[in-house]
Amino acid sequence: MIRTRGLGLVLLAPALAALAVVTAYPAFSVIALSLERRVPVFQIETFVGLANYRFLLGDPAFWSAVRVTALFTVVSVLLEVVTGVALALAVNGQRRWRAAAVGLLLLPWCVPGVVAARAFEWLLHPTSGLVNALLGGRAINWLGEPGLALGSVVVADAWRTMPFVALIALARLAAIPVSVHEAAAVDGAGRIAAFRTITLPLLVPVLLVAALFRTLDALRVFDLPFVLTGGGPASTTETLTLYAYRSLFQTLQLGFGAAVATVVFALVIATAWLYSVVLEREERRR
Amino acid sequence: MTGRQRAIEAGAGFAGARRAWGGWGPFRGPHHDQSRVRDVVVLAALAFYASPIAWQLVTSLRPDADLMESGVGITRLTGAHYVNVATASPLPRALGNSAGIAVVTTAVAILLGVAGAYALARLRVPGRRAIMLGVVMGTAFPAIATVAPLYLIVRALGLRDTWAAVVLAHTSFALPLALWLLAGFIRELPREMEEAALVDGASPTAALRYVILPAIAPGAAAAAVITFLASWNEFLFAYTFTATEASRTVPVALALFPGVFEVPWGDLAAAAVLASVPPIAIVFGLQRHLVRGLLGGAVKE
Repeated sequence: MIRTRGLGLVLLAPALAALAVVTAYPAFSVIALSLERRVPVFQIETFVGLANYRFLLGDPAFWSAVRVTALFTVVSVLLEVVTGVALALAVNGQRRWRAAAVGLLLLPWCVPGVVAARAFEWLLHPTSGLVNALLGGRAINWLGEPGLALGSVVVADAWRTMPFVALIALARLAAIPVSVHEAAAVDGAGRIAAFRTITLPLLVPVLLVAALFRTLDALRVFDLPFVLTGGGPASTTETLTLYAYRSLFQTLQLGFGAAVATVVFALVIATAWLYSVVLEREERRR
Repeated sequence: MTGRQRAIEAGAGFAGARRAWGGWGPFRGPHHDQSRVRDVVVLAALAFYASPIAWQLVTSLRPDADLMESGVGITRLTGAHYVNVATASPLPRALGNSAGIAVVTTAVAILLGVAGAYALARLRVPGRRAIMLGVVMGTAFPAIATVAPLYLIVRALGLRDTWAAVVLAHTSFALPLALWLLAGFIRELPREMEEAALVDGASPTAALRYVILPAIAPGAAAAAVITFLASWNEFLFAYTFTATEASRTVPVALALFPGVFEVPWGDLAAAAVLASVPPIAIVFGLQRHLVRGLLGGAVKE
């Protein structure tokens, strides 16, 4: 370590100052805000303790959002991991055009989320959409039917983010030396046995990391459901993040919305902690 | 998607692509014809996977009358939607706003990030571990948690509906991301490099300027690209802090795309295609640069 304490602080100070204002202060401030009844349009600003959280416990909209968030997160992450691994295995077996394959995977990942949302909105359009046309001219309202909307949003989100899992898994697969597979073949292992006993255990740690990032993102996803359904129909796609946003900026109850946002915050931190424990255990096992 | 995911993914994806030049696969057998068929099938499946984007492109080129007919039969093509978007939509203004906001955000994050990351990676700083932990946590903060306090700050400063408001909000995720990526790159550099300079009598600032900066230039470029993309694609903050065309970014303009009765799907598709051109061009054009920059810092096995 270079012995220049002063210089380190001088170089770090601008970044720390900026982080204090735009990241650290808001993170603490949202918790403080959640203990207030704050409605700026009426100049209401009173400390109410845990009243917002107490209200949440009996709030059906909140519990509906919890259910939607849980369902959305679990289903989309599972879908992404399973299809992502399958695609990674397929591309890893490619002998030709592998760069083209990776390029096609990169496309859905790099376009803005709002573009993905608008693309799916158009594909799923009840009367003019390609999906209904391919289904023989049916008029299914994919995004407007309470039983279908959440499934449609999950598929759109999985479409956009599955490449993340696939590319990470692919990088790991490509790093497995070919000799490992040859040894297995010499020992008479079939393909399925080789996948179960060699490939899968090697993939598990990177898949855990991929699943962690995907879970964190699924918990805080906003652009795609907001543009596709806005939380509708009948709140069947309203996640906690959408409910928090609606409370903050549409019904303008900053304190109450901050309480919902703090719940999302706590879920994100708890998820990160949970995965880090699992990852550590995974690492100690080998 | 967050910038951190992008970072890791870009590295991972390009690692896979790079190994592809080497061209071995674990299941390679003697069955050449079989493998050719298999490769074609996989590529076709991937092309189908990317088809929602292709369909946007097709839609943007079809006349309105055909769009409402529904169906797949493509008989006529037109450039009218692009003319509409260029001359009579908020998109050109939004493209300018997005470019400006993303460039300023990137400049702030990389300038503060390089100096801060050098201090965190190489110099003695009190509370270094705690600061690093805070930075890593900062990359995971959900925007919904910080948006309300940021909104109050923006309102108090009278910055609503300005570039500055969006830059301020975007810095909240761009700066932790840049610090984290850059500290990783700098830590990968051999310490002997600067030590040699210091032994020769250079000051730590000179070591930063003449030894570290050139060495991390590719990494810094990669971090800049990732920051730029994250800012370009961001929606929640941009939607909250803008109110008029004066500052609305591209994702906001797409979400609020104006229509009289029904959404003008052809114009919207053309706008979506134009909004996707910069990210696609950057990701595909700079692949090699990104590989070199990111493999060191972002994917460590």
